[in-house]
Amino acid sequence: MIKKLLDKVKEFDTKDDTEPRSKKLYGLAALYNTPNEIIEAAAVVAGKGYEKFDVYTPYPLHGMDDAMGLGKPKIGFLSFTFGLIGTCSALLMIGWMMGIDYPNIIGGKPFFALPSSIPITFELTVLLTGIATVLGLLILFSKMPKLNSPLNDTEFMNNVSSDKYGIVIRTNDDKFTEDTVKNLYLSTGAYDVQEIFYRESNLTTKTPIFEKKFIGAIIGTAVITAVVSYFTINYVLYDIQPFDWMWMQARINSQSKSDFFPNKSGMCPPVNGTVAKGFLPYDYKGMPDSSVKLLANPLAVSKSVLERGQDRFNIYCSPCHGYFGEGDGRMKGLFPKPPTLHSVKVTSWTDGNIYHVITNGQNVMPSYAEQVSRDDRWAIIHYIRALQKSKNAKEEELPK
Amino acid sequence: MSLDATYTKELPLVENNPPLKELDEIIALPTETKPNKGWWIAFGISSTALLIGGVSLFLTIYYGIGMWGNNQPVGWAFGIVNFVFWIGIGHAGTLISAILYLFRQRWRTGIARFAEAMTIFAVMTAGIFPIIHTGRPWLAGYLIPLPNQNGVWVNFMSPLLWDVFAVSTYFTISFLFWGIGLIPDLATLRDKTTSKIKKNIYKVLSLGWTNSNRNWSTYERAYLILAGISTPLVLSVHTIVSFDFAVSVIPGWHTTIFPPYFVAGAIFSGFGMVATVLIIVRKVFNMQHIITIDHLEKMNKILLATGMMVGFAYGIEFFIAWYSANTFEQFTFINRAFGPYAWAYWIMVSCNVIFPQLFWFRKVRRSIPITMVLVILVNVGMWFERFVIIVTSLHRDFLPSSWAMFTPTLTDLGLLLGSFGFFFTFLLLFLKTLPLVSMSEIKAVVEGAQPTIHPHPHSNGQHKD
Ligand code: HEC
Repeated sequence: MIKKLLDKVKEFDTKDDTEPRSKKLYGLAALYNTPNEIIEAAAVVAGKGYEKFDVYTPYPLHGMDDAMGLGKPKIGFLSFTFGLIGTCSALLMIGWMMGIDYPNIIGGKPFFALPSSIPITFELTVLLTGIATVLGLLILFSKMPKLNSPLNDTEFMNNVSSDKYGIVIRTNDDKFTEDTVKNLYLSTGAYDVQEIFYRESNLTTKTPIFEKKFIGAIIGTAVITAVVSYFTINYVLYDIQPFDWMWMQARINSQSKSDFFPNKSGMCPPVNGTVAKGFLPYDYKGMPDSSVKLLANPLAVSKSVLERGQDRFNIYCSPCHGYFGEGDGRMKGLFPKPPTLHSVKVTSWTDGNIYHVITNGQNVMPSYAEQVSRDDRWAIIHYIRALQKSKNAKEEELPK
Repeated sequence: MSLDATYTKELPLVENNPPLKELDEIIALPTETKPNKGWWIAFGISSTALLIGGVSLFLTIYYGIGMWGNNQPVGWAFGIVNFVFWIGIGHAGTLISAILYLFRQRWRTGIARFAEAMTIFAVMTAGIFPIIHTGRPWLAGYLIPLPNQNGVWVNFMSPLLWDVFAVSTYFTISFLFWGIGLIPDLATLRDKTTSKIKKNIYKVLSLGWTNSNRNWSTYERAYLILAGISTPLVLSVHTIVSFDFAVSVIPGWHTTIFPPYFVAGAIFSGFGMVATVLIIVRKVFNMQHIITIDHLEKMNKILLATGMMVGFAYGIEFFIAWYSANTFEQFTFINRAFGPYAWAYWIMVSCNVIFPQLFWFRKVRRSIPITMVLVILVNVGMWFERFVIIVTSLHRDFLPSSWAMFTPTLTDLGLLLGSFGFFFTFLLLFLKTLPLVSMSEIKAVVEGAQPTIHPHPHSNGQHKD
């Protein structure tokens, strides 16, 4: 079975089915034995005014460009342009990302710092130069891929890619006539002259497999299919949106099951006695006024503290106590009227006493500990003090 | 030693001046014949190592990098040591193919292709380590600035990010450089082979190259440009790798000498590896007169020079530690040479600085067995250099209460072994599938391969009469 298969492969491997050639001449080729002969022949062919010709050598020959009358290769301009594009785009990219789109302070440096951008700018310059040079060489300047060039798969090509030197004058050169060219070759010392015919596929209009468009289409579809299937598979299998892989983290979502804990619950109740941040239990809960020994207001008076106090006071206290603490709030008639906060009693209280009333409540006034955070309570007290002051301020205390 | 005329004479680049066809035959032979027993044994060993590495890699990815021995305070160990080691190996290829090309060192032709291939495989090997070191390698896409739902970008001020760009650019450019060098050779193989399947493969890979001089003309210019950009590139890559350390504030890392010191070390280790493998390859594939003893001697000279540069850097580090009057710095270096890792330090010094001094003697430079031993020692020494720099600087940091020793785990060792397996498996496959010496370049430097006359277009004497 396997042997049969191997035989089949071998048979296929050795079968000679070189593409048939047409009757149409592509050019006349000549082969030479030494580098000196070919360079001389090239100079003569160029000197005779032929233009559609080329020399074929197994390795580059020094001075051949001059002999053929070729100018300097132009690929340098391409490389330079793309190098410049690389430099600029790197700087723009870094500048935009670091300086504009998402500025971040890193080590106290400016958002966009040139020195630290140099390495990447350099690398991208080199990268673009290199890629442009290679692609330019292959596609733009050498017109590759040219798998079905009439010259390939010929006796001539077998020789020039090993150890002989060849020259081909194309039939589409204005000066081309078979006899003159043949004589020219022989007079310059060619040891063999060969006719090179077009392939059938070169002449037919149907798209050959190796047509550039065709290859481009194949690569294009390959890339598109790869990208699309990559994203679809990610989405279908792992439920990941493109570019959203950061969601995928090793963590337990709330309300979900977890095998890690014995009760399989992903959410764990806090350990007994856990105190949530900002919710320290109040020591004097339910105790009478007189037992309260709180220290002074921990907040310093400042504009922002007073504004915060006013804000909280207006929200939480003013409905009963009124905006100025006079006990004339909007709840008038619906709730027992509170006494004024400008009484001698309250003015002479320590801040701790007011704090106790807010935290603990007093008679019909409920506790506001759940609604108002500790710092906010102290801020409210500052504001009440300010209200009290404003009611009793003497003239010389007013700001000028 | 007596004065020998061969000292001054430029030696032929290819011995015995064989005809071009014979060069083709010799170079193409390994690609045309079935692998012999030696190759299979080597392949067996390297692929076993690769398999062990594969298992370690799987464990690392499946369980996470907790499988490795590094932990506080030695947060970087084998992973980064191997990364820097392999990146360093990669530097010889580009040095040979680009810098020696620019300096018109034509002897490079014999070894350039092979060294370039080594570069590519070494950079591939190196690239694995930082990616698995991230812990979640499947998210490695975020190493490059990709748009994401958080709207943040990578930190362009971090040397680690520079590394991403440097290493990937280096790989791409080396690959392109190697690739365009291969095209004419693939065309030669295409026209040489009698097998239809092979012919079609070579045909596609050579992109239909026709050896046309109009193409050669651009080709040579493109090659020059690539050499021109690769030269600063190769220097930049290890410079940036050294920034990974130098930009931090750890004593023993935070030094300005790191970039040149790392580059010299990279070239040193790269040449060490090239020489190690070449000595075997030229023998196995019978290429002693293409990769001649003169090549090896020249490489040994470079090894001697770069080895001394590295030695100089070792010295300077100690001098600066003393001169800086910084107690932390001083402690780090004394700890390096006489602390618990002194054995690693002295392996490094003896393999990299002391033994290579033997290359001062011409007899040693031209003796294959001694060279072989010395270059293997260079490989060992350079691996330990990275180990010493990374591990000894970390294991005793500012806070004595957190001092600790580093012990590699089996997974660590498996990955180290696997990295060699990965590298050599690729290398062995390369040796049997592609020409390991550039045919078109070697043919061009054989005596008599270049024309002795340089005519301009003329119409054969018609102007004369
Ligand atoms: C639901 C209406 C209501 C709200 C809202 C309210 N209080 Fe009272 N408050 C009262 C009543 C009624 C009294 C009188 C209780 C009593 O009989 O001792 C009182 C008493 C007081 C006293 C003691 C006055 C004294 O002379 O004994 C202070 C101080 C006080 N409130 C502060 C506040 C502060 C500060 C807030 C805002 C956090 C606030 N209250 C919110 C109804 C309210």
